[in-house]
Amino acid sequence: MEGCVATELRLGLPGTDNVRNKKRPLQEADEECGANGKSHAQDETAPPAKAQIVGWPPIRSYRKKNIQAKKNDCEGPGIYIKVGMDGAPYLRKIDLKVYSGYPDLLQALENMFKFTIGKYSEREGYKGSDYAPTYEDKDGDWMLVGDDPWEMFITSCKRLRIMKGSEARGLGCG
Amino acid sequence: MSEDDERQQSPPSDLEFVSNKARNCNATGSGSGHPEFQSTYPDQVLENVLENVLHFLTSRRDRNAASLVCKSWYRVEALTRSELFIGNCYAVSPGRATARFTRVKALHLKGKPRFADFNLMPPDWGAHFNPWALAMAKAYPWLEKVHLKRMSVTDDDLATLAELFLGFKELVLVCCDGFGTSGLAIFVSKCRQLKVLDLIESEVSDDETDWISCFPEGESNLESLIFDCVECHINFEALDRLVARSPSLKKLKLNRYVSIGQLYRLMVRAPQLTHLGTGSFSPSDIAGQGDQEPDYVAAFAACRSLVCLSGFREIIPDYLPAIYPVCANLTSLNFSYANITAEQLKPIISKCHKLQTFWVLDSICDEGLQAVAATCKDLRELRVFPVDPREDNDGPVSEVGLQAISEGCRKLQSILYFCQRMTNAAVIAMSKNCPDLVVFRLCIMGRHRPDPVTGEPMDDGFGAIVMNCKKLTRLAVSGLLTDKAFDYIGQHGKLVRTLSVAFAGDSDMALKYVLEGCPQLQKLEIRDSPFGDAALRSGLHHYYNMRFLWMSSCRLTRHGCQEIARAMPRLVVEVIRSADEEEMDDVVGTLYMYRSLEGPRTDAPKFVTIL
Repeated sequence: MEGCVATELRLGLPGTDNVRNKKRPLQEADEECGANGKSHAQDETAPPAKAQIVGWPPIRSYRKKNIQAKKNDCEGPGIYIKVGMDGAPYLRKIDLKVYSGYPDLLQALENMFKFTIGKYSEREGYKGSDYAPTYEDKDGDWMLVGDDPWEMFITSCKRLRIMKGSEARGLGCG
Repeated sequence: MSEDDERQQSPPSDLEFVSNKARNCNATGSGSGHPEFQSTYPDQVLENVLENVLHFLTSRRDRNAASLVCKSWYRVEALTRSELFIGNCYAVSPGRATARFTRVKALHLKGKPRFADFNLMPPDWGAHFNPWALAMAKAYPWLEKVHLKRMSVTDDDLATLAELFLGFKELVLVCCDGFGTSGLAIFVSKCRQLKVLDLIESEVSDDETDWISCFPEGESNLESLIFDCVECHINFEALDRLVARSPSLKKLKLNRYVSIGQLYRLMVRAPQLTHLGTGSFSPSDIAGQGDQEPDYVAAFAACRSLVCLSGFREIIPDYLPAIYPVCANLTSLNFSYANITAEQLKPIISKCHKLQTFWVLDSICDEGLQAVAATCKDLRELRVFPVDPREDNDGPVSEVGLQAISEGCRKLQSILYFCQRMTNAAVIAMSKNCPDLVVFRLCIMGRHRPDPVTGEPMDDGFGAIVMNCKKLTRLAVSGLLTDKAFDYIGQHGKLVRTLSVAFAGDSDMALKYVLEGCPQLQKLEIRDSPFGDAALRSGLHHYYNMRFLWMSSCRLTRHGCQEIARAMPRLVVEVIRSADEEEMDDVVGTLYMYRSLEGPRTDAPKFVTIL
């Protein structure tokens, strides 16, 4: 069965299963994490949950979203933000509460704008494509999507922008 | 050529065409006759008779068989085929299809393979409707109906359909994407004869266009309007007026932006409905607290013809009793977006004696399924979807529910069942209790999970299904499976046409058993299973009989796939790369191969390599 594991399709992004140890230099210090009730110490000791496999179980994303949308509706109004992509003539509006985490959000962005995001790594950002998803936070700074725990991200994100080219790569390496 | 021109101009009435031909035949002496019409008189009579007879053949399989009898039958069949079905849009080009079949009124096209639904294929892979739309516009100006599944349709394509086909009546889009509300707006405004607009599980982008208002004024011919998948607000007042002026409307499926109060108003307008999708089935946020609630029960009671009920997108279960009056007549009930408990289900399902199709969430638990089994003796199709589609949770449904269904619903023909645990015993019981099963799709969500009671693989359960269900044509397997399961499938699954495999098997032998044993196999989709090049080679004798083969995250290499491509020139062998794969990697991420008369397609994106 190990062979299967080796060839599994995965989105290996933080916020789902990977235990994060480092912070990207551009990020705020730990007090933000503490304020949310989630500390990095906690992340480091918690056992990693089983990685989410792409497309398994075989439920259409439309169906998944609809059940989630319902659950989130119970918790209050949605978090609507605008999303733009360099080169695309229009902005889209999405509800961040509808997504379960980074893989879900990035998949949706890929489908919406018809592009492919590269593979994420802590040190190098999104490798393997010209695009990097970034967001403007409460302080007006532009950060790379994926560095923070998901819950923190959705409360501080004001809008999303999918950057293209060298600008995107510059942000990744800080 | 003049022969073709004449056919294109004449309206698609087969009998009328026959008399035209007869007239020309009498004028053979004039010298202006076409080569065909100069054949001897008895042959001409035979062709006319044949045409009249073949006119009655509707099944495409029968027609395919008839077309192989001889050239004359081939020709006449091509003339009389009015509904054209193409199961893989890349198997044949629009030009070739329109050259052979000259008088088509309805087109049914399928594009992407099913695994694309689960994000296993990058976006923009292909299956564009555009070249077909343009070809149809030239060849079939009288086209009335288009049915597409998993195709990319643009707003321009929708405009083409509405503008270039004056008698266009029916558009059905299933699992399609690429268009938005602005495309819909153009389409409905220009398509004056529209009877059917069914948007089913499609992705429609919100261009903030009020498309409902764009239906032309005056009485409409609408018989079916399905838009439950459209995730944007609609202009309710415009919808209300539209329903009011659509006396033939029988099917109406609303999206979740329609509140229950608005649903009430529409139902009062259209008590003749046979199929209803209820929308949110909850009050809008702005409903006043002390407002008088409408009499929902009466509204449902007035719909005496209602047989199919769905929706319940944001259900407030308190409102469920409203549907009691229609339960006894329902043949189809879809609760698959309604997170309800067994207790909430029971009073409903106990009244649904005629139910044949039931889709539901596993929130009803085994207990809910037992209630279904107790009442729905006529059940043909059951689908149980998970509320929480993750792998490691305790599932609310299990072998207990499956066993109950197998004992209560003996006429079952089709089942899709998501669960976290399943035993061989329950699957074997179903194979014996439900001999009419045609479709058996079991998804044990935990990968490689054995029978929790015996610790054994699930081989025997699936083995029993293929052995005992003699009519089985579609099978999806899951759980811990060894090569033995596939040996059973190869030995007994002689009618199987569609097979889905994930995280299963031990070696190449498994795939070999299937490719060598299942002569009717048409569609084979495999992911994350240890099958390599040798296994692939064992299907060479059969690939031309298949619609497609999909293998992702298996053990195929590039040169293995190349071998197949070289051996089979009429097969298109696509290697699809994911984001982190290099172009010249020998390991193949995804193989998608299909027979085609056209060779490699010209619209393949960068991440697809055609060998």
